[in-house]
Amino acid sequence: MAELKDKISALCPQPQFDSEGEFLLVTVDDAQWHALAVALKEQLHFDQLMALVGMDWKDSLGCMYYLTNTATQEIIHVKVATTDREKPMLHSVSDVWAVANFQEREAYDFFGIVFINHPDMRRFFLRSDWVGHPLRKDYDENPELNPLRLDDEPNEDYTCTWVEDENGKVTKVDKKVFEDDEYVINIGPQHPSTHGVMRYRTSLDGEIVKKVDVVSGYIHRGIEKLCEGLTYPQTLLYTERMDYMAAHINRHCLCLCIEKALGIEVPHRAELIRLMMDELMRLSSHLLSYGCLTMDQGATTAFFYGFRERELIYDIFDRTCGARMSMSYATIGGVVADVHPDFVKDVRHACDVIEKNLKEYHQLFTGNVIARNRMIGVGLLSREQAIDYAITGPSGRASGVHCDVRKTHPYSLYDEFEFDEVLDTAGDSMARYMVRMREMEQSIKILRQACDKLEAEEGNEFVAPKVPKLIKLPAGHWYQQVEASRGTFGVYIESDGDPKPFQKPYRMHFQSPCFNLVGVVDLTCRDNMIADLITITASIDFVIPDIDR
Amino acid sequence: MFDFSIVTNWLNDALNGAMPSWLATTLECVIVAVALLLAYSLLAMFYIMYERWVCGWIQCRRGPIRVGPWGSLQIFADVFKILTKEIITLWHTDKFLFFLAPFLVVIASVMTFACLPWGKGMQVVDFNIGVFFIIAVSSIGVLGILLAGWSSNSKYTLIGAMRSGAQMISYELSVGISVLTMVCLAGTMSITGIVEAQADGWFLFKGHLPAIVAFIIYIVAANAENNRGPFDLPEAEHELTAGYHTEYSGIHYGLFYLAEYLNLFVVSGIAALLFLGGWMPLHISGWDGFNAVMDYIPSLVWFLGKAFFMTFVFMWIRWSFPRVRIDQMLALEWRYLMPMGLVNLVVMAVVVTNGWHF
Repeated sequence: MAELKDKISALCPQPQFDSEGEFLLVTVDDAQWHALAVALKEQLHFDQLMALVGMDWKDSLGCMYYLTNTATQEIIHVKVATTDREKPMLHSVSDVWAVANFQEREAYDFFGIVFINHPDMRRFFLRSDWVGHPLRKDYDENPELNPLRLDDEPNEDYTCTWVEDENGKVTKVDKKVFEDDEYVINIGPQHPSTHGVMRYRTSLDGEIVKKVDVVSGYIHRGIEKLCEGLTYPQTLLYTERMDYMAAHINRHCLCLCIEKALGIEVPHRAELIRLMMDELMRLSSHLLSYGCLTMDQGATTAFFYGFRERELIYDIFDRTCGARMSMSYATIGGVVADVHPDFVKDVRHACDVIEKNLKEYHQLFTGNVIARNRMIGVGLLSREQAIDYAITGPSGRASGVHCDVRKTHPYSLYDEFEFDEVLDTAGDSMARYMVRMREMEQSIKILRQACDKLEAEEGNEFVAPKVPKLIKLPAGHWYQQVEASRGTFGVYIESDGDPKPFQKPYRMHFQSPCFNLVGVVDLTCRDNMIADLITITASIDFVIPDIDR
Repeated sequence: MFDFSIVTNWLNDALNGAMPSWLATTLECVIVAVALLLAYSLLAMFYIMYERWVCGWIQCRRGPIRVGPWGSLQIFADVFKILTKEIITLWHTDKFLFFLAPFLVVIASVMTFACLPWGKGMQVVDFNIGVFFIIAVSSIGVLGILLAGWSSNSKYTLIGAMRSGAQMISYELSVGISVLTMVCLAGTMSITGIVEAQADGWFLFKGHLPAIVAFIIYIVAANAENNRGPFDLPEAEHELTAGYHTEYSGIHYGLFYLAEYLNLFVVSGIAALLFLGGWMPLHISGWDGFNAVMDYIPSLVWFLGKAFFMTFVFMWIRWSFPRVRIDQMLALEWRYLMPMGLVNLVVMAVVVTNGWHF
């Protein structure tokens, strides 16, 4: 870490360091930030922006940037802030890391921070006529300012860029989203293949897609804002309502983050059960993804095959957790209750059935000449682009990015298990599809090992240690990431160490994988056909509630 | 085998004896039309149920089972529902064309439907150019689809209409060529003639390789012609929500639906006519006892059985394959199917002139 500090000091004058936390924190002024960002990427190889957390520290507004070096898996985070609350402005890094484009739009939406030189400074989630920026601590919640609007949201025909000239003067430049003579078609918000309420404004030339403008926020629930009004145990339930296909995994992540902050040790059995639930969830998610991908290409029967096997997994959840979706099973310090007596038997059965039926899936769909023609070479995403857009999970690994958190930063008990990280290099829809199919085999492998381990613990039913009844975190911030079904899911918690009995998080940010995934829709769909747009979005496989947190 | 023309001739004579001939002809037309329309709607209902049962079976589920025995009354419930739905008229649409379109589609399918060889002597008219007539009237359908997409004033329907225009006109060629191949083998365009020519063996078995190739081309092209998966691009639910009929509601939508299922029957019927001997029973030369038993089965049953079998094949394809993309679909037709069909036609001509067929 000291070495890294020296290197960064050489890059920019007087950065402030704080190495007390889990990752090195670098604090820089906004004036130096863009130059430092370029240097960090090009000289120190911090090529991936994992998370961008907008922050309101009351005296200042700013952002936390979590950066990863994809070669060494080193993580640092950079704090950039401005004290101007009236017109906060930071320099955009969307030209350095492409993923910052949408991330900065989100920060602008919720904190009102304007990013200079950002190509498309519009709100991302809220309506364009929304008053105020809700995650700011001085936000006015008066319902008269933002009444329930019964009129349609105006179409945003114009976007703007805040351009800085040589003298440092910033001016707003308007530009059009689509030209007048473009044939723009709305795909969504209600559309069978957007997998939820998502809208793509698509410019077409015949059947060819020329540009996709993603309009999001139709089911945004303001989970981050809601969390600021809840105690820590209460916030847990929201994690399951983001990516409902990774409910256990997301909840596990928040639990891990809070446990890390409190220094709670989780019983081995509880951690094992959580891990098994995570893998079952991943299996079910990939089965759904298989089903939806096939369905979007018109192979309706394959869809039912995927759902048939998914039912087995939901039955397991049902018996142990008492619910099929939104299980609310993991809790701070362990799990709510021990597993059902037949759990291991059921899991083994499900593993056998799914393993057997995976062959059938390949026979029905993978080998089909139409399916192959539809997917091979469609929606190419190179390794560099995947890193640039911080694409993780199966979609990232299909482009050859080594990004499985279970391997790169092993959490929970994953270092005790033997499994392979599935990688592909083609980066097309077929590769993304195949990575998922092969990952299911790995999940089955993990589950079988876990079953043996769980059986070895017979008689031990200790799954929840004593945790304080009132969870109070010390002042500080923590970041925890896990491998969710669709990519790296991260939780950022900042606590002000409030001594009041029912402590609430000062800021809680969820870095959802799907938010990054939707960022490549425009890139991958350009110059492909409408049918390819559907294939590509299905193969990238995002869940809308995870984007609209 | 019972010849249905005995009944029709008797009816004709009886009517002509009792009234002037113009009235008799008019009355006959009315009787035929009523019978046909009745058969049309009953078959459509049966086909919708048939598709549901087959598709449920393929997809490991039970399909409609609640209403009536094996869900057989489900379709009546659905028909009543669709009849009571409001027909929504949109702003800024060409109302005349918008309302005309579903009827054009239905008219096309009723007219082709009327020409099918239902059984021995069971035919509306028997021209010498029957096959030609079928191909001609079935093309009216594409006009209805294009109009529907165009007059709805919606971008989705427009894309659907453009796709269907490109698709149906392209695949009509392949259908036409494979039909021609079989006409070449039969030596006649008359529908009865084609069926009679298959008395000693169905064309699929009689015509050697070119007949089998023509059969495969016909299955692919007819699927496309019918807008059914894997060629359901004009509807392409996952891309265009419902394609050309996105904006239709109530019975207007129902008419498209009806025509789609009846077209499925029509193409199956034509396949049965051209390749599987129409209403001709299965005869194996030498097996006289077997042939005699086969003759006892009524010709109508033979025809419907063959048509339902072909439909099953079409459904099997639809529920197994993913959808092709527009460029792949056009490439398949213009680069592979049509050249193959043309070569096949020449091969068939050579086979026929040299008498190499059975």
